[in-house]
Amino acid sequence: MAKVPENLHYSKDHEWVRVEGDTAVVGITDHAQDQLGDVVYVELPKPGEEFAAHESFGSVESVKAVSEIFTPVSGKVVEANDSLNDEPEKVNKDPYGEGWMIKIKMSSPGEVDSLLTSAEYEDFTKAESE
Amino acid sequence: MRYIPNSPDERAEMLKQLGAASIENLFDSIPEDLRLRQHLTVPPAMSEIELLKAFDEMGSRNQAAGRVSFLGGGAYSHYVPTIVDHLISRSEFFTAYTPYQPEISQGTLQSIFEFQTLVCQLTGMDIANASMYDGSTAMAEAVLMAERVTRRSKVVASAAIHPQYLEVAHTYVQHAGIELEHAPFDSATGQTLVDSIDDRTAAIVVQSPNFFGCIEDVETLADRAHAKGALLIVAVTEAMSLGLLRSPGASGADIVVAEGQSFGVPLSFGGPYVGLFAIREKYARQIPGRLVGEAYDRQGRRGFVLTLATREQHIRREKATSNICTNEGLIALASTIYLETMGRCGVQEAARQCTQKAHYAARAIAKIESFSLPFSAPFFNEFVVRAPVAASELLDTLARENGIDGGIALARFDSSRPNDFLVCVTETNTRAQIDALVHGLTRISSTKSPRHEG
Amino acid sequence: MEPQITKVTRHISHNESLIFERSHPGRVGFLLPPLDVDEIPLDEIIPAQFQREDDLAGMPEVTEVDVVRHFTRMSTWNYSIDLGMYPLGSCTMKYNSRLNEKVARIAGFANLHPLASEGESQGGLQVVYELQQHLAEITGLPGISLQPAAGAHGEMTGIMIIRAFIDARDGKSNSAERRTMLIPDSAHGTNPASAHLSGFTVKTIRSTAEGLTDLEHLRELCAHGDVAGLMLTNPNTLGLFERNIQEICLIVHDAGGLVYMDGANMNALVGIARPGDMGVDVIHLNLHKTFSTPHGGGGPGSGPVCCTRKLEPFLPVPRVVRIPTSRDSDGVDSTVFKLDFNCPQSIGRVKAFLGNYGMMLRALSYILTHGYDGLREATEAAVLNARYIAHGLISDYEKPFDSPPMHEVVFTDKRQARRGVHTLDIAKRLIDYGFHPMTIYFPLIVSGAMLIEPTESVGRHELDQFIDAMRSIAREAVEDPELVLNAPNSTRIGRLDEAAAARKPVLRWKPKQAASAS
Repeated sequence: MAKVPENLHYSKDHEWVRVEGDTAVVGITDHAQDQLGDVVYVELPKPGEEFAAHESFGSVESVKAVSEIFTPVSGKVVEANDSLNDEPEKVNKDPYGEGWMIKIKMSSPGEVDSLLTSAEYEDFTKAESE
Repeated sequence: MRYIPNSPDERAEMLKQLGAASIENLFDSIPEDLRLRQHLTVPPAMSEIELLKAFDEMGSRNQAAGRVSFLGGGAYSHYVPTIVDHLISRSEFFTAYTPYQPEISQGTLQSIFEFQTLVCQLTGMDIANASMYDGSTAMAEAVLMAERVTRRSKVVASAAIHPQYLEVAHTYVQHAGIELEHAPFDSATGQTLVDSIDDRTAAIVVQSPNFFGCIEDVETLADRAHAKGALLIVAVTEAMSLGLLRSPGASGADIVVAEGQSFGVPLSFGGPYVGLFAIREKYARQIPGRLVGEAYDRQGRRGFVLTLATREQHIRREKATSNICTNEGLIALASTIYLETMGRCGVQEAARQCTQKAHYAARAIAKIESFSLPFSAPFFNEFVVRAPVAASELLDTLARENGIDGGIALARFDSSRPNDFLVCVTETNTRAQIDALVHGLTRISSTKSPRHEG
Repeated sequence: MEPQITKVTRHISHNESLIFERSHPGRVGFLLPPLDVDEIPLDEIIPAQFQREDDLAGMPEVTEVDVVRHFTRMSTWNYSIDLGMYPLGSCTMKYNSRLNEKVARIAGFANLHPLASEGESQGGLQVVYELQQHLAEITGLPGISLQPAAGAHGEMTGIMIIRAFIDARDGKSNSAERRTMLIPDSAHGTNPASAHLSGFTVKTIRSTAEGLTDLEHLRELCAHGDVAGLMLTNPNTLGLFERNIQEICLIVHDAGGLVYMDGANMNALVGIARPGDMGVDVIHLNLHKTFSTPHGGGGPGSGPVCCTRKLEPFLPVPRVVRIPTSRDSDGVDSTVFKLDFNCPQSIGRVKAFLGNYGMMLRALSYILTHGYDGLREATEAAVLNARYIAHGLISDYEKPFDSPPMHEVVFTDKRQARRGVHTLDIAKRLIDYGFHPMTIYFPLIVSGAMLIEPTESVGRHELDQFIDAMRSIAREAVEDPELVLNAPNSTRIGRLDEAAAARKPVLRWKPKQAASAS
């Protein structure tokens, strides 16, 4: 059973958001990492780059697949998790903790409200797999 | 048909088992009006005896194949050890497929890993792929890669690069939004002139030794490129030069592409050859082509496997680093066997003999009345000769009367060079052949009236 | 004192390592004649700054015997066509004849320099010309270039030809509106990659439940007015013949686009039907598939492009043509084969020299060996073999499409997946039965796809063995799944950790001191 922590917000592209003041921490969900398989490489943006909500900010690669990752909220990247360069497996082992990908300073914090709650995300993934 | 294991009887049996009335029924999903009603107008089947006779006859009308030759220009005559062809003719190598199932393809995979290592050693670079089609397409793909890496759209390529390589590069970039400019070469030295480039330039591309045989000052060009954040791409057509010349990697190249045909591959009228592609480690995820990497199984046994496949077309599709699928597997294997047989000392010795014989020939030709060497840059084993008469006729006469292919008339690439021709000397040319070349050129030019000033 | 005896547990050949690990300074594998010209000191001819800096350190030093044993041993770790069936879908792993190899090694061809004068390469050019003629006849498309070196290369060439035609027809500013290439969801990855190289954006067309191109969706996409062309494979990658092909071509042509056919599956059509007759404008062929040139562990290939007369002017330059010269005094027509560089509308050159010439020799030999009868027979036998396999496996494996397959058939792992056994496991277990696995996870639109193409080169006995092996695996998936999940158990090495290999790629050997810490 994929974990879906209650205190987070979710997107339909299988990313999660943890709000810390006016900064959003973004990563991919447990369901997403399970679908991908062993993550071998994560391509992340540099601090200072700006993205609009639902724009692709990078990609996650497993041995046989590559997926783009989309930011659920608009803003400017303040930090990227460079430790994923040496240890991409953190995305598999701890997708909501050490596997975080970027910290983005939100330009429109209200966007968070249009994301899914943990219950809505759980329903969404269940429906998708049928 | 003797290549089809099932006899007509057996096929009839199989049809019956399928409940099909006849072979024609198997094609029922093809509309009637598309089905061919007559047989193809290709010849009827030929027996081995007849077929070999027909091909031998055609082969005999390639007089150039048997001649003493000083032809270079992107394809080179080198000694190939006998075991190369024997080993690549082993069923397990030449009838095997791409090694997608590593457990039963370790022979192919380990050979490619050795090939990648040898290419890195010779080019002085960190990573090499499992091969491209040839040097010309490898260079074109390097240009595309430079655009991907730098996100800049201008590329400056030397006009002293092999003309066909430049043509291929232009074809590849025509819809890629890349502006391909030419940098001129010095008419006295024969080397490329690049003053300064702007910061919209993705790469400088140069061939060394270049099409005229001249060795380029790669290190200076590397500095010029890096000063503006651009890459330096170095192309090598005569791979044997890597046995004696400073490696492009040591001179600051970011991408090295080469034609590997000099390493154990027959001339074969232009193909199949093998493209070498090598890069600095930091560009690993942008390199086109297949890569073989080391891997371990659950028992800790070492094996090899195709890796970083997410760059490639079957996964990334239109965003792939290239559309390449099939490469030059068996030819890369031939080069690998060649390089391992010749080894460190053999490659050095072959390269040494190439350059010594070439310089012997050049000095002797330069002494012929009214002949000169128009370019002053140092060279490895190819050099341009300027004759007092039209080069095409001179060389045709030399072939007809002396049985020697003395060089490539440059007029076929550049009409402003009617008297120039490109001579290549390798370890396979004997002193007697070189002396015969010199005597032939002397004799023929003295009987012709000069039509152009030199 | 008892002498210490070291127990040898394995023959040296079982431990065949990398050549660099067997290298030893002073070993020599070659002998060249001594230099026969006076040696000039190197510094006098090549300035020190241009000389090699590292003495080729790290390159192996071994003897000839070492090389022969090294590669002979490694070769035994490979499966190959000569051992048996290779049921890889869309790869057409047919017999690689030795006669073709002999032809390719005839000295008159093997030693011919590509820049030798045309007058002294007539035999060489004749081979190109004749092959061109035969391939034009086989495809029903008269324009042809043999320059591309592989299928993907031919695709790129064909799509660039479409682009050039449209630019010329519509003018550059109008054609800028037409930059969409339609590609079926079942297409091979090279298709969209090749389209991208010509500056097209890709739109995907759905397949119907039957596995064929969805005509309604095609009409809908063509109605946008921005379609430059459609790339399709026929039979498609599911092994099914697109019976609406003529209507498909009509729809695309009416919308102002052209039809490109990926010729990977020609083994189902040679001598039976021709793409040119179907309305296809341009096709690429794979000489290393349909025309039996060897796969060589990953190449070389050859990807000729054939097209209609109206696309001919855009083919790569130079073209190989035949000029009949006047009869000589004996009344004999002497024909001359030439390279025609006068192609002002050509898309340009796609490769140096003429192409993968050695593969052209082999393909011509293949065509002449088969003759018109043999070519048709091969196609019939290929389709019969695929049908036979489809028939044999249908009771144990899920076949997603009912339509009869042509030269290849696709199954899914749906039934086995209920037991936790997937396509990958089935493929690996097949290795234990002595077979090379079929193509897996392609095409992408079939979940857990297993694409099987036996070709005509497999006898009934081996087909039966393959069917029995697959049925046995299906039983094992129920009765003893561990056997399948841990497969292969019988090979030199087991499943490799590909994730670790991709995370920290080691792509070359390095001497111990220089090797980076992992």
